[in-house]
Amino acid sequence: MSAEQDILQELAGREYEFGFETQIEMDIAPPGLNEDIIRFISAKKQEPEWLLEWRLKGYQLFQKLTMPNWQNFDLPEVDFQGVSYYAAPKNKVKYNSLDEVDPELLRTFEKLGIPLEEQKMLSGVAVDAVFDSISVATTFKAQLHELGIIFCSFGEAVQEHPELVKKYLGTVVPQSDNIYAALNSAVFSDGSFVYIPKGVRCPMELSTYFRINAKNTGQFERTLIIADESSYVSYLEGCTAPMRDENQLHAAVVELIALDNAEIKYSTVQNWYPGDKDGKGGIYNFVTKRGICKGKNSKISWTQVETGSAITWKYPGVILQGDNSIGEFYSVAVTANKQVADTGTKMVHIGKNTKSRIISKGISAGHGHNTYRGLVKVGPNAANARNFTQCDSLLIGDRCGAHTFPYIESKNNTAMVEHEATTSKIGEDQVFYLNQRGIDNEQAVNMIVNGYAKEVLNQLPMEFAVEAQKLLSITLEGSVG
Amino acid sequence: MLDIKNLHAAVEGNAILKGINLTVKPGEVHAIMGPNGSGKSSLASVLAGRESYEVTDGSVDFLGKDLLDMSPEVRAREGLFLAFQYPVEIPGVSNINFLKTAVNEIRAYHGEPPMQAKAFLDMLKSKQKLMEFDANLMNRSLNEGFSGGEKKRNDIFQMAMLEPKLAIMDETDSGLDIDALRIVSAGVNKLRSKDNAFVIITHYQRLLEYIVPDFVHVLYNGRIVKSGTKELALELEEKGYDWLKEDIRLEEPVQ
Repeated sequence: MSAEQDILQELAGREYEFGFETQIEMDIAPPGLNEDIIRFISAKKQEPEWLLEWRLKGYQLFQKLTMPNWQNFDLPEVDFQGVSYYAAPKNKVKYNSLDEVDPELLRTFEKLGIPLEEQKMLSGVAVDAVFDSISVATTFKAQLHELGIIFCSFGEAVQEHPELVKKYLGTVVPQSDNIYAALNSAVFSDGSFVYIPKGVRCPMELSTYFRINAKNTGQFERTLIIADESSYVSYLEGCTAPMRDENQLHAAVVELIALDNAEIKYSTVQNWYPGDKDGKGGIYNFVTKRGICKGKNSKISWTQVETGSAITWKYPGVILQGDNSIGEFYSVAVTANKQVADTGTKMVHIGKNTKSRIISKGISAGHGHNTYRGLVKVGPNAANARNFTQCDSLLIGDRCGAHTFPYIESKNNTAMVEHEATTSKIGEDQVFYLNQRGIDNEQAVNMIVNGYAKEVLNQLPMEFAVEAQKLLSITLEGSVG
Repeated sequence: MLDIKNLHAAVEGNAILKGINLTVKPGEVHAIMGPNGSGKSSLASVLAGRESYEVTDGSVDFLGKDLLDMSPEVRAREGLFLAFQYPVEIPGVSNINFLKTAVNEIRAYHGEPPMQAKAFLDMLKSKQKLMEFDANLMNRSLNEGFSGGEKKRNDIFQMAMLEPKLAIMDETDSGLDIDALRIVSAGVNKLRSKDNAFVIITHYQRLLEYIVPDFVHVLYNGRIVKSGTKELALELEEKGYDWLKEDIRLEEPVQ
């Protein structure tokens, strides 16, 4: 017991590896949210008129919508007028090649383990690197272009492929979905855009790396992925931010569209700055992510490893519209120190023979609180819908919490919905067993936690599974005796 | 190798061990017997460093070092191994990865580099053969879904892999059928050498037919009340423990 507490104390001392700040001259919009700022952002990005109109409509909705009140944590007051909504390295709205990019920026990404020179990169991964409000570089573009795959920054997609953006933007997450989605649609900065043409299997992992750097800003990226008929893509996002005393807001929107027989696999390794041991600072990660299996036999799979952020609040979901479509959600969420996570998924069964699978593994340590919140909804026409939910919680220490709110709504009596849940504590017996074989506490906890989360980690692309395991270890460093 | 002097230990303030004295030399096998609740498993736990036990008096010297001063993992790295009475399950952690970590932690402690994958796999194979351990079990998660007997055999297999100097077997025979008992005992006998030692805790003389001890000790009420050779085990089998209890009551001062 006492050793456990010692280590719990140690937890306080854990380091956030990516807390450095890049010194670079920035163009930062003055703090405040109003129509002028929205026009300013739109003009900076040289957007067409329809998109500006769309942003302004988002802003109107934002003003009308109210904050949700059902979340299982104290929602901090966010001063929307105190935030700057645009920050970009000076003088550049768009980089045409890496030669134009400030070497300081390249070094930043290199330090984060994301070298942007193609020859240095993992060969199977194409990266779009987003620094505050703009995309710095997208690698392997030419190679992908040959296959007809579009992988570029959102801003570029607006210029080059306006018809696709216009057709799909806001079709999965309507602007009115929630107040943060409305905010995002008004002020969204960069993000990634992916289009996989009919019958193409994307040969490499596509990945976006988000970095918040500037002070007193938020990041409001927007990602749109369209998988045309019989195509396949695996996409991964990663993110970090400097250590700061004040909280920063990250309110992203991600929309996925899978047409007939298409498959999208979307993985997230979220490592925003979590704040310090007393809960000071850290990112508010309030994100709306949703996919639609629009076509028959399509499949969307979400995998998330959530280790960072002061508060994580998100429910990546799937609308199963096409007959025989499949939605999956695999999640590991870790909360240590005073971190909070309220996360889960929504599976909306509309088509016939639709299937969904939810595997959620919460890990709470320190004073962390972890909530699983999930909705499985079966519509009247979703004959033979199937859902399986498994929702496990692991507690480390005796000052943390695990909470589960599963909701099931079924309007079709041929549906089968299963829910399994467990809560366990890391056993002293397990730790002692490993100790007795020469393994110290730290590593013992790592092994137990990684074993517990294995089913989810196995879903990650190989290159990132190792990273995710390391991240889990760092996050839980010193959390048990 | 192991020198226990006047060892006293308590759990939540209740005295469990009340002055144990025991010396184990390299090459020896000691059996510790005794009725339920006499403190046999507690002795194993204290030696392995389980945290819920508080040592209140006495000393334990292990290979010239103060054992009680070491954390459980350091004791293991110094060469003390406990085969558990109830080995735990650790879901999702593969047996092989676990063993590789353990082997390399112990090597690192002794300033040796991590074992190469090939060398490790070769060692795994040869020990698996030696101990007649099922290859399928090796590839599964650590003890997850193993039967009681399989868990015990896995523990003994780990013992073969880690090559401890002193192995304490805590009722390894309980829950083993006769075939498993034979295999486990044969494995232990193969591991016996002039350099290592075993302390075997058991209720039954049966195990000692397979692993023949050099010494047999009877633990009762937190103390070793009688020591002898393997014949003592037979005597206990025949007469039970009651005759010893009688003797002790006569010897004990009135409290």
